[in-house]
Amino acid sequence: MQTHILSVLVENQSGVLARVSSLFSRRGYNIEALSVGPTENPEISRITIAVNVEGHALDQVIQQLDKLINVIDIIELPERTSHQVELILVRIGLKNGESDRKSVDAVLEKFGAHVVEATNSSVTIQQTASPAQTQMLLNELAQFGIMELTQSGVVAMGRSIQP
Amino acid sequence: MAEEMTGAQSLIHSLERAGVDVMFGIPGGAILPAYDPIYDSKIRHILVRHEQGAGHAATGYAQATGRVGTCIATSGPGATNLVTPIADAQMDSVPMVAITGQVPSSAIGTDAFQEADIRGITMPITKHNFLVTRAIDIPRAIAQAYHIAASGRPGTVLVDIAKDALQEKVTFDWPKNSDLPGYRDHSQPVPEAIKDAAALIAQSVRPVLYVGGGVIKANGYKELRALAELVGAPVVTTLMARGAFPDSHKLHVGMPGMHGSVAAVTSLQKADLLITLGARFDDRVTGKLSTFAPNAKVIHADIDPAEIGKNRHADVPVIGDVRLTMAQLVPALKSEFAKHQPDLTAWWKQVDGWRTTYPVGYDMPSDGSLSPQYVIERLGKISDPETIYTAGVGQHQMWASQFISYEKPRTWLNSGGLGTMGYAVPAAMGAKVGAPDTTVWAIDGDGCFQMTNQELVTCAINNIPIKVALINNDSLGMVRQWQTLFYNQRYSNTDLHSKRVPDFAKLADAMGCVGLRCERPEDVDKTIEAAMAINDQPVVVDFNVFRDAMVWPMVAAGTSNDDIMIARELAPDWDSQEL
Ligand SMILES: Cc1ncc(C[n+]2csc(CCOP(=O)(O)OP(=O)(O)O)c2C)c(N)n1
Ligand SMILES: [Mg+2]
Repeated sequence: MQTHILSVLVENQSGVLARVSSLFSRRGYNIEALSVGPTENPEISRITIAVNVEGHALDQVIQQLDKLINVIDIIELPERTSHQVELILVRIGLKNGESDRKSVDAVLEKFGAHVVEATNSSVTIQQTASPAQTQMLLNELAQFGIMELTQSGVVAMGRSIQP
Repeated sequence: MAEEMTGAQSLIHSLERAGVDVMFGIPGGAILPAYDPIYDSKIRHILVRHEQGAGHAATGYAQATGRVGTCIATSGPGATNLVTPIADAQMDSVPMVAITGQVPSSAIGTDAFQEADIRGITMPITKHNFLVTRAIDIPRAIAQAYHIAASGRPGTVLVDIAKDALQEKVTFDWPKNSDLPGYRDHSQPVPEAIKDAAALIAQSVRPVLYVGGGVIKANGYKELRALAELVGAPVVTTLMARGAFPDSHKLHVGMPGMHGSVAAVTSLQKADLLITLGARFDDRVTGKLSTFAPNAKVIHADIDPAEIGKNRHADVPVIGDVRLTMAQLVPALKSEFAKHQPDLTAWWKQVDGWRTTYPVGYDMPSDGSLSPQYVIERLGKISDPETIYTAGVGQHQMWASQFISYEKPRTWLNSGGLGTMGYAVPAAMGAKVGAPDTTVWAIDGDGCFQMTNQELVTCAINNIPIKVALINNDSLGMVRQWQTLFYNQRYSNTDLHSKRVPDFAKLADAMGCVGLRCERPEDVDKTIEAAMAINDQPVVVDFNVFRDAMVWPMVAAGTSNDDIMIARELAPDWDSQEL
């Protein structure tokens, strides 16, 4: 099993997200993450889905999605040839006050993450990066104790220059 | 043409423009505005007794005529009563449009009286569906609904219309194009695929044409016959494809699957190539998938790309309208065969061995009672080949598929994918409305009949003289057969007592039909002839049959097709056969 990113262009109409998610649930496909948003064309939205399936099943997922009348196009975006980004907001505790804060800042600098709110007892951090990067950041922050985490689904776009 | 009218009038106008000539339905509050213009329309509306009947009637009409069937119901319970026939039609790729009224748009989401989210409910069981809340959107939704239902792989489309949209004033404007950016046309097969398929066929020494319902949907009978005769291979027709190829043709070796003939099931198992035409490797055909046709390469021709590789890997997928595919395959094959045509003599020797040793047959009951298979066989013999048959679901359905010789397409209508008890009577009604000059027999079980027989009232009142052959075995026979075989004859809740209650002949009579009864083998022919002679009223014949008759052959659910049984604890004698 492997995670594949599908970029699905859909008509911007009511019920479309329900059609897509209902298809995934009734056919037993496992969604890891999903995000929906507008595109440059107001009549079209983009659903980015991270789905965990084997190679042969991926083709089924794509063909079944393509049968939905409101689905206009489906593109698989491999990691190598696309920009893949997700956003996290994470709040961590500062049990040891000032000294923790220093270690946290060192981690943030390494990952290029930044602080959006700080108090004496916690820092709230925002990071926009590849899913692998955000995972590494979270792993390092775990030592301080993660109080709260919110994570967007991945959004992706093919590279304009293909490697 | 800027004509001012209500949304309801625009709906009926749109249906007329879409070519609808008949619809089946029941009015109610939310759809009531639409019933007023129906009163003046040239569209025939048939008032059914239950919305399920409307849905199956639209299905029967569509399957008999090849046109889109239409049913109409009110919101809430009217709409939910359509759920079963919608799922049924979608599973069997039947082109059908269901129109439902919805509570006014301002009330949607408030649990209003008779509100049900029928669009949400039917999302997984339709090809597509619409919720229309503005009158201006009605014509486009109807135009798109009929286009989607009929094109590509046909299916069911539901159009749910809020009551205020029906009441609102609007100028009628019929859309000029379908404007469906995400709806792709897959009807043209690519030439490379045709070439690859032809090349594979030219190498095969044990090919089988595995023919599914798609061939009937595509009206591809002539092309199928030409292809089959060119390849010279055995042809099997699935439950959905009975009649796509004449049963009497020497290449036809029967129906595959759970109750298929030994020759059909075994030739698939032993084939080196499956030429799959509009079929979908359903579990009732393949048995245990991992053991299905283990040495066969697969050509899979289908208009739905999602069917390719869904259950079985395709060595050569041919995406396209199967009629066009077959038409293009014939010349491609001729040029391959000019170079090399395989000799199928040895293969046919095997297939003919299975065919002659294990024909589908039955034993007469030892107690002198009526054999259900005999009744069905006689019905098929006495009727002319134009006759349309519908069936319920159960033993009688399998016997009707096995013991009637189908020579023409669209003469065998049944619920294959969903297996919906109660399909036969309303589907026969719809078929008769679509083909009024053709005799229509519903072959129904005593269990199934009691689910939807109320539509006989509709038939009687609307002069739709269908005929029902009720195969009354006193029980839910197919379930009882499984209890006999797999549950130690513990007959939990399968005894219907329907030889005692109801009195089907009297019930028929009360519903404005002629009721006949037949209990002895010697009366079968004359009872069928008596039923045939009545053409101004529906007829119900209660055939009281032997209750322990079983459907054979059988591949038990979940087992391999190699383990086909021809009778209880009796497998074919493979050792005496060359394999
Ligand atoms: C709506 C529905 N409920 C239950 C079933 C399960 N089922 C399949 S066949 C059958 C028995 C049908 O009995 P009958 O109509 O008398 O036909 P027979 O098998 O006796 O010929 C049942 C209950 C079904 N297919 N459909
Ligand atoms: Mg029965």
